[in-house]
Amino acid sequence: MSNQASARVLRKATSRWRPIGARLDQSAGAVFILPAVLVILGFSIFPLLASLYVSLSRLSFSEGGVNLKFVGLDNYAKLIVGVDQTHFLGVVGPITPVTVAVLAAAYGLLALLLYRYINGPNRTAGGLVGRVVSAMIAGGLLWLIANTILTSGRPGTLVVTIVYVGVDVAVQYLLGLGLALLVVQHLPGRRFFRVVFLLPMMITPVGVAYLFQMLTDTSKGPLYPLWVRFGLTDVSWVTNPWGARLAVMIGDVWQWTPFIFIILLAAIETLPHELVEAAVVDGASRWNVFWRITFPQILPATTTVVLIRLIEGFKIVDLPNVLTNGGPGTATESLTLHAYTIWRALDIGGSAAVAYMLLLLVTFVGVTYVNLFRRRVAALT
Amino acid sequence: MDMSRHLAKALGLVVGVGLMAACASGSNTNSGQKFSGVTVRVVTFTGPQIAEPLQRRAPDFEKATGAKVQIITVPFSDLYQKVLTDFATKTNSYDATVFDPQWMGDYVPPGYLEDLTDRVKNDSTLQWDDIAPFFRDFSATFKGKVYTIPLDGDFQMVYYRKDLLQKDGLKAPETWQDYIDIAKHYQGKDLNGDGKADYGSCLAMKRSAQSYWAWISIASAFLQSQGTKQGAFFDLNNMQPLTNNPGAAAALNVYKQLSKIGPPTQLNDDVGNSRGLFITGRCALSLDWGDIGTLAIDKTQSKVEDKVGAVILPGSKQVLDRSTGQLADCNATLCPYAVNGVNHAPFAAFGGWSGAINKASSAKVKDAAFAFLAYMSAPAQSGVDVTIGRTGFNPYRTSQFSNLDNWTKAGMSTQAANDYLGAIKSSLQSPNMVLDLRISQSAYYQQTSLDTALAQFLAGELNASQTMNQITSQWNKKTDDLGRQSQLDQYKASLSVTR
Repeated sequence: MSNQASARVLRKATSRWRPIGARLDQSAGAVFILPAVLVILGFSIFPLLASLYVSLSRLSFSEGGVNLKFVGLDNYAKLIVGVDQTHFLGVVGPITPVTVAVLAAAYGLLALLLYRYINGPNRTAGGLVGRVVSAMIAGGLLWLIANTILTSGRPGTLVVTIVYVGVDVAVQYLLGLGLALLVVQHLPGRRFFRVVFLLPMMITPVGVAYLFQMLTDTSKGPLYPLWVRFGLTDVSWVTNPWGARLAVMIGDVWQWTPFIFIILLAAIETLPHELVEAAVVDGASRWNVFWRITFPQILPATTTVVLIRLIEGFKIVDLPNVLTNGGPGTATESLTLHAYTIWRALDIGGSAAVAYMLLLLVTFVGVTYVNLFRRRVAALT
Repeated sequence: MDMSRHLAKALGLVVGVGLMAACASGSNTNSGQKFSGVTVRVVTFTGPQIAEPLQRRAPDFEKATGAKVQIITVPFSDLYQKVLTDFATKTNSYDATVFDPQWMGDYVPPGYLEDLTDRVKNDSTLQWDDIAPFFRDFSATFKGKVYTIPLDGDFQMVYYRKDLLQKDGLKAPETWQDYIDIAKHYQGKDLNGDGKADYGSCLAMKRSAQSYWAWISIASAFLQSQGTKQGAFFDLNNMQPLTNNPGAAAALNVYKQLSKIGPPTQLNDDVGNSRGLFITGRCALSLDWGDIGTLAIDKTQSKVEDKVGAVILPGSKQVLDRSTGQLADCNATLCPYAVNGVNHAPFAAFGGWSGAINKASSAKVKDAAFAFLAYMSAPAQSGVDVTIGRTGFNPYRTSQFSNLDNWTKAGMSTQAANDYLGAIKSSLQSPNMVLDLRISQSAYYQQTSLDTALAQFLAGELNASQTMNQITSQWNKKTDDLGRQSQLDQYKASLSVTR
C-alpha cells in the first residue's frame, strides 16, 4: 500500500518534468531493487563463497592474524574416506536378507519412476539427465541407510540426520493434520485447544531440550513416580542409541507439529463449504469426503509446509546438543551438531566441509521433492 | 508508514545512545581512585563455579580501586574458540580471560597474551612465591615467561565414603582393580539410609562435558612410570600417540567396567551430576578434582559431611614398558617411583583455572586487569575461596596447605582437612605427576577426538581396539597437518619443566 501511495506522490511531483520523470519511472524498479540485491549479495552469496573457500583450507593462528592454508579437498576427503569417515558416513555391517529386500524394493521403485518418465509425454534430455543423477544419489543414500541401520553396523551423522528428518516430518504431518481436522469440528473448547496446540512452537528449542532432559531422566524429575511404578528407575533410555534418538525425535515432533497444524488449519478453514455439503447430500462417507474433497484441496498447502519442515528439519541441533550432547557415542549427533563439535576445536575448515555436505544434501532433497511432488500438485490445481 | 518518520526515530535513538554513553563515561572520571573510569572485561565460563567468586568479589575490588569489572560468561565448550576468535580477529572485546592454561599453546605463539613475568615478581599483593612451584612453573609459564596468574589448583583424585569403608574394614583403593572391587561391593546397596539402592562409583561420562580427563587419570597409571618428563600422551622420539598399546587398552577396560558399576544414567552424567550424587550420599566412590572435598562440607546440600576421605589417584602394578610395547610388572627400573609396588601417576588435569590478560588492551586497562587478577589470587581472598565448594577453586598456594584455620572455619574437621589436603599434596609432590597436554590445538586432541572416541566406546559403537585406532589415526592426522616436528617441540617444551 505504501509503495503505491509513494509512487503516486512521485508521479504528481514529477508531472512538470515529464521527460525526466519518465526516465526515472523506467529505472525506478532497478533502483528500488538494488539495495535488496546488495544486501543479498553481501549477506548470502558472499558468505556462501567465503565458506566454500574456508572448507578447502586449514586455519591456523599466527602473529598478528589468521592464516588460511589452501589444502584442496583434504577436509572432504577426511569425511568420506579419511579419519572421520565412520563418524560421518557410519559403519556398514554385513549384508542381511532384510537389507537386500528393502534395497530391491527401493531400487525397483526408482527404476519404475525413471521408466515412467522415459515413456511419458514430457521427457526432455536435460530432465532425463537430472533424473538419472538424482536416482543415483538417492540410490547411494538408500544403500547407506539400509546398510548402516538394518545391519549390525551403525549410522553416521549423515544417516542419523536423514532419519530425524524422515521420521519427524512424517509424524509431524500426520499429527498436525489430525489435530487440524479435529479443531475444525464444532467441538466445545476448540478455541482453547487451538492456542494450546500452538504453545510448543513458541518455546525456545533449548528450553524444549531441557524439558525433555528432565522428562527422560528415570532417576528423578517429574515423571519419576511413573518410572517407579513400572520399575524402570534403573533403566536409562537415553543411554541406548535408539532410545536416545527416539527421545530427540519425540522432542522435535512435539515442538514442530504445531507449525504444520496451524498451516493446515488455515488451509482447511478457507475451503468452501459447498463441495462438502454437496458430497454429504450425495451420500458420501466421511472418509470419502476427506480423501476426495478436503485432502486434494489442501495439497498445495501440504506440499509447501512439508518442504519448509524438510529444510528446517535438516538443521536440527539444539535438541541432541542439550539432551545428550550427541551421545551416547555419536548416536544422536546430527550434521549440524557434527559441524559444531568440529568448529569448537577451531577446525573451521573441517566444520565448513560438513556444513557444505549438509547444504548439498538439503539442496538435493529440496530439489527432488519439488520435482516429484510440488510441480505435480501445482499442475493439478 | 512514513519513511522519514522512521528515519527521524532511528536518528534520535542513535543520538540518544551516544549522549548516554558520553554521560556514562563522563560520570566515572570524577573520582580520584587509582583505576577510576577504567572498565575491565573478563571472560570465563558460565559456571556457576569459577564465575561465582569473580562476580562476588568484583564489587569489592571496584570499591577499592574505582575500576569497573564486567564478568562475561560463556559455556565451557565454547570458551576456547570464543576467546581465541575474538583475539585473532582483533575484535578484542575481552581484556582478560580466566581460562585453561593448557590453551596457552594456541594463545601465546601468535602473541595474544600479555607477558606478566615482571609484573608478578614486582607485585606485593599477589605474593607470587606463595604459589606452589608447580603452578608457577607449569600452569603459569610458557617457554620461560609467565603469562597467567593461577586462581585454582587442579589434580584429579579419588574420593571414598570413609564411614562405609571403615565399617566394612576396607582400605582406600590403591590400584584401579581395588577401586573396581570396592565399587562392586557397594553397588546396589543403600548407602545413605533412604531405603533406595545406591551406586558403587559415580563418574562423569557424558560427552562434551569434561569427562575425558577421568579416562586420562586412569590411563596415566599404566602409561607413565618414569617420572613427569616421560610424558603420558606421546612418544618423545617421534610424536606417535601413546593411545594404541596394552596400557591404553587396560585403561579402557577399567573405564568400561566402571561404566557399569554406577547410576544407570552414568553415560549421560556430567561432573555436576556425579558430584551431586556423591555428596547426597548415593555413591561409595568418585573421581574428581578438589571440588567434592569442599562441596562435601557445604551444609546446604551435603549429606556426607565428615564422611569423606580422599586419596591420590589409584595406580597399577603393571605398566607399559615402552621398549617392548607390552605391559610389564613393576620393578625398580620400570617403576622407580612406585609405592608398595604400585605405580601412581597423579594427573594434573586441566592445570587449574588461570587468569591471562589481552595484550591488545590499553595500558591502563591491562594494569587494572592485572590488579583484579592479583586481588583474586592474593592469599586473603583465595585462602577463603578455595574452602568454598561452589567457587570451583581448589588449593594451589603453600599458605592454603599449611594454614588449617580457613578449612576448619569452613566446616571441615581437622582430620578431614588433613586428609583432603594430604591427597592434593601427595599428588603435587609426586615426581611421577602427569602433566596435561599443552600443544597447539590440544583442544582438538582431547575435547574433540579423545572425548568422542571414549563416548563411542562406552556406548558400544566401538570396541577397545577400534577406539584406540580411531584416536591414534585422528591424532596422527592432526599432528601431520600441524607439522609433526613443531608439535613434538612444543610437547617436549611443555614437559621440561623446572620443578
